[in-house]
Amino acid sequence: MTDRAALSPGVPVAGEAPVKGRSLWRVTWSRFRRRKVAVAGLVFILVVYAAGIFAPWVAPYDYRAQNLDKARQPPSWEHPLGTDELGRDILSRLIWGARTAAVVSILAVSLGTLYGVVLGALSGYLGGWVDSLIMRLADILFAFPGMLFVIFIAATIKPGFVGFVAQHEAALGLEGLARSGYLDYVVVFGALSFVGWPGMARLVRGQVLSLKNQEFVVAAQALGASTWQVVRRHLLPNALPPVLVAVSMGLGHAVTAEVVLSWLGIGVQPPNPSWGTMIWENRMQWRINPHLLLMPAATVGLVNLSFQFIGDALNDALNPRGR
Amino acid sequence: MTRYIIRRLLWLPVVLLAVSFITFTLGYYAPGDPVEVMLGQRVNPAAAERLREELGLNRPFLERYIDFVLRALSGDFGESYKYRGQPVTDLIADKVWVSVQLGLAGLTLAFAMGIPLGILAALKQGSWLDDLIVGTTLVLNSIPVFFTLPMLLLIFVRTLHWLPSSGWGGLFDSRIIIPAVVMALPGLAVITRQMRASTLDVLYQDYVRVARAKGLPESTVMVRHVVRNALLPLWTILGLSLGGLVEGFFVIETLYGIPGIGAMAVDSMFTRDYPMIMAITLLVAASFVLANLLVDIGYTFLDPRIRYD
Repeated sequence: MTDRAALSPGVPVAGEAPVKGRSLWRVTWSRFRRRKVAVAGLVFILVVYAAGIFAPWVAPYDYRAQNLDKARQPPSWEHPLGTDELGRDILSRLIWGARTAAVVSILAVSLGTLYGVVLGALSGYLGGWVDSLIMRLADILFAFPGMLFVIFIAATIKPGFVGFVAQHEAALGLEGLARSGYLDYVVVFGALSFVGWPGMARLVRGQVLSLKNQEFVVAAQALGASTWQVVRRHLLPNALPPVLVAVSMGLGHAVTAEVVLSWLGIGVQPPNPSWGTMIWENRMQWRINPHLLLMPAATVGLVNLSFQFIGDALNDALNPRGR
Repeated sequence: MTRYIIRRLLWLPVVLLAVSFITFTLGYYAPGDPVEVMLGQRVNPAAAERLREELGLNRPFLERYIDFVLRALSGDFGESYKYRGQPVTDLIADKVWVSVQLGLAGLTLAFAMGIPLGILAALKQGSWLDDLIVGTTLVLNSIPVFFTLPMLLLIFVRTLHWLPSSGWGGLFDSRIIIPAVVMALPGLAVITRQMRASTLDVLYQDYVRVARAKGLPESTVMVRHVVRNALLPLWTILGLSLGGLVEGFFVIETLYGIPGIGAMAVDSMFTRDYPMIMAITLLVAASFVLANLLVDIGYTFLDPRIRYD
């Protein structure tokens, strides 16, 4: 169990990768498909994210539309998941909340992955003081429990950031941006990506370190390929599989983190929709109308679980040792 | 070994200095005037100025930061902005103790459930019981606290009337049960999985076969040869789960009305009580680094094969 393939799942052993190229993905997919729960999770995630992205066309009601005559209704034909205290349709609010979750998680994880991959690849490939600097920085960020740091960043930076944009929005030709609430999203995914990169950087660095002395890399260097070419064509593609697994898990964490932030009142602000604010607004309802609390909470749970299943299955499917 | 420990210990002040600098800078440039928090919005400007002077808020950034670090070194984190006249250290001390109790209860529960479940799953590998244990703990791991806490309230408070719905009464009070269980659930999956995997690893080792072959009773083989060795990797999990605990404190303490460090941190965030936020952040970072160091050192005592040089 100590050879390199076992320690870094999914990395094709030298000599195997260039020939197989495309078929690696086909093999992965056929292995992935065998995991029924993972496929179910993938379908669920796609449905939730698609519903979120197309929320304006999919949601049956406006997420802000109140109807006090029909407040706190249990599920019915008219309102499939019932209504909340102000008579707002819960399904519509969940769908709009999915939009927030999708936007924040995709942006946060893309940014965090970008920083992590670039810094990790540099760190592993260049070594020396660049490596020390980046890794010590990662160590310091690791000393913070991630959530505490995200909360702290979001709480301290947001007012200043919004104020700054408010001052300059006229000059930028974006009147109303500061009050629109879109900046909340920027703060949330900015903070999340900032905290998310060290883990990714360590992962990529380890991959690059194990790859950079293998024959095909040395051969490329000997043939005169530039640093950039080596990193882009040879190191990153081969380091990709574990990164994919981390991205899948990271998306789940980002969704939860957005919920926690919005729940604490420092993430996405009402009236903008978020599962976190829904959970907060209905936190006292477990005694009287439990479904108001359970619907958003269960959605978060299912999304998380799905990402977990997908990540697990990907991990197994990408492992060249297979089972 | 000693050199390794010294090197790790030397790293601690560096981390703390960096952490304090980051939090201090963020706090410094964050708007929201603490004087306004203390005196209200319609305040006599002269009085506000006097208070600012008194608290040293009108001095330049670097001066304030160095002052903060020097004071912090002697254990003085200043006075809370919100609770005027009370030193931060006094305010935090009780809260820390509450959170430590809650964390201990949660961790103990997680390990007490996870270890036997993991062993059981390993012994019944491939059976429906194995699938059930692995599946259930995985589901519990993915479900956020927001869901588990209300569910438990719904079942044990609303329907069965067995337990109280909020509050804190220490380690030996029935009010700790629900938050401790909620705290334990996310870690349970990690512990169970690790215990299952390491039991499976050990179970087919030669020395276990030898122990069986020489006719030791199955219980002795399990306790002395299998479980003792399989427990080793859990030590790492202990270090890793500390970060998760802190996360749990924020949500669970706020939801269940427990006067701990997490609820305090959330409250301080809202009131811009920066001295409190700084102290809590540094405390958490310091205990995190120290705990991980202890875990690494502890490893060498538990497993003599491991040496750090």
